[in-house]
Amino acid sequence: MSELQEVVYCEVCSYPPEYCEFSGKLKRCKKWLHETHPDLYTKLYADQPEDEVNNLGTKLAESSIGEEREGKLEKDLLKLQRKEENKEQRELAKKLSSKVIIKREARTKRKFVVAIQGLEVFEIDMKKLAKTFASKFATGCSVSKNAEKKEEIIIQGDVIDGVETYIHQLLAEKGLKDVKVEVIDTKKKKKPTTTPGETK
Amino acid sequence: MFKKFSKEDIHSRSKVKSSIQRTLKSKLVAQYPALEPVIDELIPKKSHIELIKCEDKIQLYTVDGEVLFFQKFDELIPSLRLVHKFPQAYPTVQVDRGAIKFVISGANIMCPGLTSAGAKLPDAPGYEKDSIVIINAENKDHALAIGKLLMSTENIKSINKGHGVELIHHLGDPLWSFNLD
Repeated sequence: MSELQEVVYCEVCSYPPEYCEFSGKLKRCKKWLHETHPDLYTKLYADQPEDEVNNLGTKLAESSIGEEREGKLEKDLLKLQRKEENKEQRELAKKLSSKVIIKREARTKRKFVVAIQGLEVFEIDMKKLAKTFASKFATGCSVSKNAEKKEEIIIQGDVIDGVETYIHQLLAEKGLKDVKVEVIDTKKKKKPTTTPGETK
Repeated sequence: MFKKFSKEDIHSRSKVKSSIQRTLKSKLVAQYPALEPVIDELIPKKSHIELIKCEDKIQLYTVDGEVLFFQKFDELIPSLRLVHKFPQAYPTVQVDRGAIKFVISGANIMCPGLTSAGAKLPDAPGYEKDSIVIINAENKDHALAIGKLLMSTENIKSINKGHGVELIHHLGDPLWSFNLD
């Protein structure tokens, strides 16, 4: 028999659920808890009607610090929550407004590298992604700093199409389908006005 | 201690030999005797222990990829995840509800937060100055921080002013969200 305790951690804020109210993300924490651990939810938020999952009220078990201080604490927590929410929205907006640039550059006459910029906003581990690309395309791939001191992934070889689909897939997985992905293809002797389909 | 901590602070990672692993275990048990019945469960014999040396001479020990305890000088300090697994083994103090917010943002704990109605301190003789304590909160089951007593618990009761506990590790700090890969 194991004497160790298994502790459930909230997936939204990573705290044990009883501390969710202090994380500033309570709304989402409660929703998560309600969906995954209904028994814990009823234990923690028993005094609230079920349909008020989105209620911001944080009344928990009675406390000893007096009503005045409790009121102040609640107010502070609400403030914190609003702050967090604003922050999240700002971050989301930033993510949506930024774009990923996939660029093909000529190295020598027939050799190319593909550079991917603007991924750092999306909490993607660049080094790991570089490793995946390296094994996916069986080529060299690294993370380096470009002229503007920003990190970019450099993939050796002409794999721009594969990269494009992969990035799209990656962003869709993160729920960021609307992010712009710009492909800059500096192919020689190709008129930008005619697409290859039309010329034939 | 872990106000700022990231992957860049890691200097080296190395596997711990099984002989050193044994000494480590006995040291841990010597420091926290109540851990003895579960030590083999916390650190199984076949487990993969890694020693991570970091900035400021901080050493982290990970067992199977999870930081279980760390070391600044000589003392082994359990991480919160370890504490949550087996909370009975450590000296514990409790703070009132009003203090939780500040503790979670990393503040040292002031004496009044430890002596008010919702808080709990051990009865005399209590704990010595400089001992490591787990900080629990009113109406909560799990610990929320780990700290070091800046004065003995008896002094906290009698003086009741100023800093009582220096915070080392708390919920939501970089070590808490630290991920090996």
